[in-house]
Amino acid sequence: MEGMSTIVKKITQLVAGLIFMYGIYIIMHGHISPGGGFAGGAIVAGAFILLILAFGSSALNLKKEVGGSSNTESVAILMVAVLALMALIFGAKVFLFNFLPKGTPGELLSAGVIPLYNLFIGIEVAGAILTIFLALVIFKEESSK
Amino acid sequence: MELTISIILGFMIIGAIYALHAKDLLSAVVAMGFVGYGLVVCFLLLKAPDLAIVQIVVETITLVLMIAVVLDSTRDEITVKPDRRAFFQRIAGFIIFAGLLYFFVLAIANLDPLGEHSLRMSESYVNGAAEKTGSVNLVTGVLFDFRAFDTLGEAVILYTAALGVLTLLRMKGKK
Repeated sequence: MEGMSTIVKKITQLVAGLIFMYGIYIIMHGHISPGGGFAGGAIVAGAFILLILAFGSSALNLKKEVGGSSNTESVAILMVAVLALMALIFGAKVFLFNFLPKGTPGELLSAGVIPLYNLFIGIEVAGAILTIFLALVIFKEESSK
Repeated sequence: MELTISIILGFMIIGAIYALHAKDLLSAVVAMGFVGYGLVVCFLLLKAPDLAIVQIVVETITLVLMIAVVLDSTRDEITVKPDRRAFFQRIAGFIIFAGLLYFFVLAIANLDPLGEHSLRMSESYVNGAAEKTGSVNLVTGVLFDFRAFDTLGEAVILYTAALGVLTLLRMKGKK
């Protein structure tokens, strides 16, 4: 698939970073304001999808990208499982227990492990959606050759 | 607010019916987008911003994917000639619809009015959840503390979906 016109490319250059940063914001403030890992991860993946749609699949080495996003996703889901298992070692010996100190509700560094779960779930969701999209794009490229 | 939601739901139903019967597949996809974005407005009116964010992003991504698929393959719907079985299928569909409508009318007689709940569990979730979990956003508190096992399962489902796509398209082994 080839890229779009110059106007779309220029606007994408301006906007994609902001969308990416908004996704990070949604993930990191998931325990304070509406949002969280699932919403923020989907927004981060949307920023990458916008870039690929605007600049075309020839601008990037898609094979390398899909390997990277697949690995990132795997590591993120593994980290979620490790965090859940760490609660068996520390704290109350309960699976998925919130073992870190809770702090004052409403601050950025509060709620124990919930921000960490949000972060890794966000990376996982972004990686999964991007992997599916890239796999479909590469499949289309290879089948049209 | 109930009137607004009813109007939006009516438009969504019209969009869904149009998507079923549209001759052009591209307009069917756009009509399905109408359903999704109407759902976003419904979520916002029902004070569920978490769901609204997820729905608007996922709806946009799926709409882009579906439009790409339609533009790449074909825009014409496959037409099947109606035969004798179609008549019986319509009658069966009508009977099932009437039965479901009957049970629907029976069920809504016992429902609470909009915005009121009668579950005991939701009260124990809402009261003091911020102190128990330390998270001010109650949805995240429920997702990652009270029901963290559910969330782990959801994340694993997404991971499995990505694995399934990679396996089906055989990215590595095709060379």
